Amino acid sequence: MAPLTDLQPGTHGRLTSLGGDRSFQRRLMELGFLPGTPLCVIRRVAVGGVLELELRQSRVTLRMSEARDVRVSID
Amino acid sequence: MSGCHEDAPAGAKPAGVARPLVAIAGNPNTGKTTLFNCLTGKTAKVGNYPGITVDRHTGKVALPRDGEDLEVLVLDVPGTYSLSARSEEERIAIEAIAGLSGNPRPDAVIVVVDATQLARNLYLALQVIELGLPVVLAISMVDVLTAKGKHIDPVALSRELGVPAIAVTASTCTGTEDLKRAVAVALENPAAGPVKWAPDDEVFARLGAITKALPADWDATGPRERALTLWALLSLDDNDEHTGIPDALRTAVIEARAAAEADGTNLEHAAIEARYAWIDSHEKAFHPTGTERVHQRTDQLDKLLLHPVFGFAIFLVTMTIVFQALFSWANPMISAVEIAVGGFGDLVGGLLPAGLLHDLIVDGLIGGVGAVLVFLPQILLLFLFIGVMEDTGYMSRVAFLMDRVMRSVGLHGRAFVPMLSGFACAVPAIMATRTMERKRDRLLTMMVVPLMTCSARLPVYTLLIAIMVPVGSGGTWTQGLLMAGMYLFSTVLALIVAGVLSRTIIRGPRVPLILEMPPYRMPHWPSVLRMLRERSMVFVRDAGGVILVASMVIWALLEFPREPELQRDFAAERVALVEEGAAPEALSVLDMAEASERLEASYGGRLGHMIEPVIEPLGFDWKMGIGLVGAFAAREVFVSTMGVVYGLGGDEDENSPLLRDRLRAEKRPDGSPAFTPLVCFSLLVFFALACQCSSTLAMVYRETKTLRWPVFLFTYTLVLAWLASFAVFQLGG
Repeated sequence: MAPLTDLQPGTHGRLTSLGGDRSFQRRLMELGFLPGTPLCVIRRVAVGGVLELELRQSRVTLRMSEARDVRVSID
Repeated sequence: MSGCHEDAPAGAKPAGVARPLVAIAGNPNTGKTTLFNCLTGKTAKVGNYPGITVDRHTGKVALPRDGEDLEVLVLDVPGTYSLSARSEEERIAIEAIAGLSGNPRPDAVIVVVDATQLARNLYLALQVIELGLPVVLAISMVDVLTAKGKHIDPVALSRELGVPAIAVTASTCTGTEDLKRAVAVALENPAAGPVKWAPDDEVFARLGAITKALPADWDATGPRERALTLWALLSLDDNDEHTGIPDALRTAVIEARAAAEADGTNLEHAAIEARYAWIDSHEKAFHPTGTERVHQRTDQLDKLLLHPVFGFAIFLVTMTIVFQALFSWANPMISAVEIAVGGFGDLVGGLLPAGLLHDLIVDGLIGGVGAVLVFLPQILLLFLFIGVMEDTGYMSRVAFLMDRVMRSVGLHGRAFVPMLSGFACAVPAIMATRTMERKRDRLLTMMVVPLMTCSARLPVYTLLIAIMVPVGSGGTWTQGLLMAGMYLFSTVLALIVAGVLSRTIIRGPRVPLILEMPPYRMPHWPSVLRMLRERSMVFVRDAGGVILVASMVIWALLEFPREPELQRDFAAERVALVEEGAAPEALSVLDMAEASERLEASYGGRLGHMIEPVIEPLGFDWKMGIGLVGAFAAREVFVSTMGVVYGLGGDEDENSPLLRDRLRAEKRPDGSPAFTPLVCFSLLVFFALACQCSSTLAMVYRETKTLRWPVFLFTYTLVLAWLASFAVFQLGG
């Protein structure tokens, strides 16, 4: 189990658990961030401090600081 | 809202019943608004949701059916990933669809789902179906899916979900006829879509207390009971931003969760997982072909546009173009508006006899209308850029690129464009804060945008800097540096003030940024043009009145009383001059002297006198005080007001050597120069900080719908300006 921010762009992983605020967790889950969901980090945008990932065929962008609360297992 | 309860055409429904309401819901970037435009064409109108400053778009559509068409009202619900809500603004979706908080309940809902991201889109569709409303699914982006070599089966989708599903291509308005027919059928035989999933009984048993606490006016009966219970479970917290939620309901939610968690069950997770479990178990039926790498073109473009070096360079170039457009390309259009309004004033003025009525109509009313219309060119240009950036998907990238910097002072990444526009004019910039969803983000931006060096300050700065620093022997350089310094000063100060306000008065919980970078698309021009038309209409209709009144009040202040007691008998002097056969120049000098005395005797002039004790510590005398009063109409009016005050007439501009030399030569009663470099600098600082712009204040009033924020803005900037100018003058002396 590692924070999402450890995933290098292009690597695939699987979501294991969510941390952080309740409403943050709910929001991510409603977007399909459920335990066991495969995901892939697309890129990190250093200028903005954000990270873009793909899961369930859709793209989601998170702040690096908040992506740390998303734990993944690396495939 | 009016418009929702117009009489239905005869025979469509029993007399007295409103025209059926059809809401369009969907995730952001699904082509929902384009579809709305396809359906409603020229009938679309913008209003507001009850009690909140969010645009409410509606339009009329005639649905085909046997015999006569059925006319319905279509409502474009703001794009959302889920009906759960964290804040007031997000609550609009559930309120518009469930008919809460004064919103009419729709008779049917069209849910737009993006064929390329079906699972996530179906989550919202499930929530709407749960509410027990007749639902029609509009599957968009089928063309994009086809281009990827994949296909979708609307029949299978419809069978699994139990609601009609129609494929549409919004950009070409393909499939809308089928959609209209399906909606007509759904309205004729209203049947709720079957709720296909359920959390297990054990979970559901724990939600009873929440259901009991639902307010009576939510009308939580039938399927709504369960849907609204789940909404409360997934929306309320001890730190949410909702108002008007009964304490009992919030407590019930928190207690139910705590009780379940003590037994090792997370109710929120269980509810969301249950919906997704249903979607996942059926997704193969919806989406038969295997996955492949999506967004290829978008990926290539993002590699460039989000590149640490090139991406940032392109961003800077784009922003420079936006700035340049507002700053200088708008000028010919602004001149055209001024010439047109001036011409119209002359035309009307020619028809009226000289006197009070003439001045009231030509200078007061028509001049005031001009003061409103003059903002339109910049508003149109700014929203053209915003529209194109939003439509292509670039705006989301800007928000992400700017997020880190803006967030450090508590601002939203999207606040960057309004802040930049503030360098041209605060009025369109404040309108542009609507690209941000949260009220707090909008408010914070509105409170600091007026600090940016707007173009109306430039004539004032030019004049003052020219008085301070004579041209020649390096003076031009010093002038340029001073001007650049003013820009830097205003930017840094706006960021500091944002940082302070976001930690004190406009504090709000830190909201995580969870959004998508939508795929790049070509702008849909009909939608962009429609948005421009709407924005101008909204501005003239909603803000125009307040700006008009403000500009007429200031005109009246400087114009009344009409027959003041003057020290000199100008009429007699004029007769004497004419009899002497004096040169026309002498007469015009007399006219300007009279204008100066009249201004001094006007209410505005007296106000200038009255405030003298307050502005004296800043180095200003009462004549400058009159200039400050006049500047309230628009800051650049300071220059022409100074021209009148010093007897040079109102036609002198900031580059006039006459005005500059006159001000340099101006002496105080004790013989010392009035416009010393220190006084000019103090004035510069005052103009940089004080939000003495009636149009900006009117705009903030219009956007916040309360006097509180314009009053706050005016007061804090005035206090700040006074303190800073005081410090400059006292320390500098």
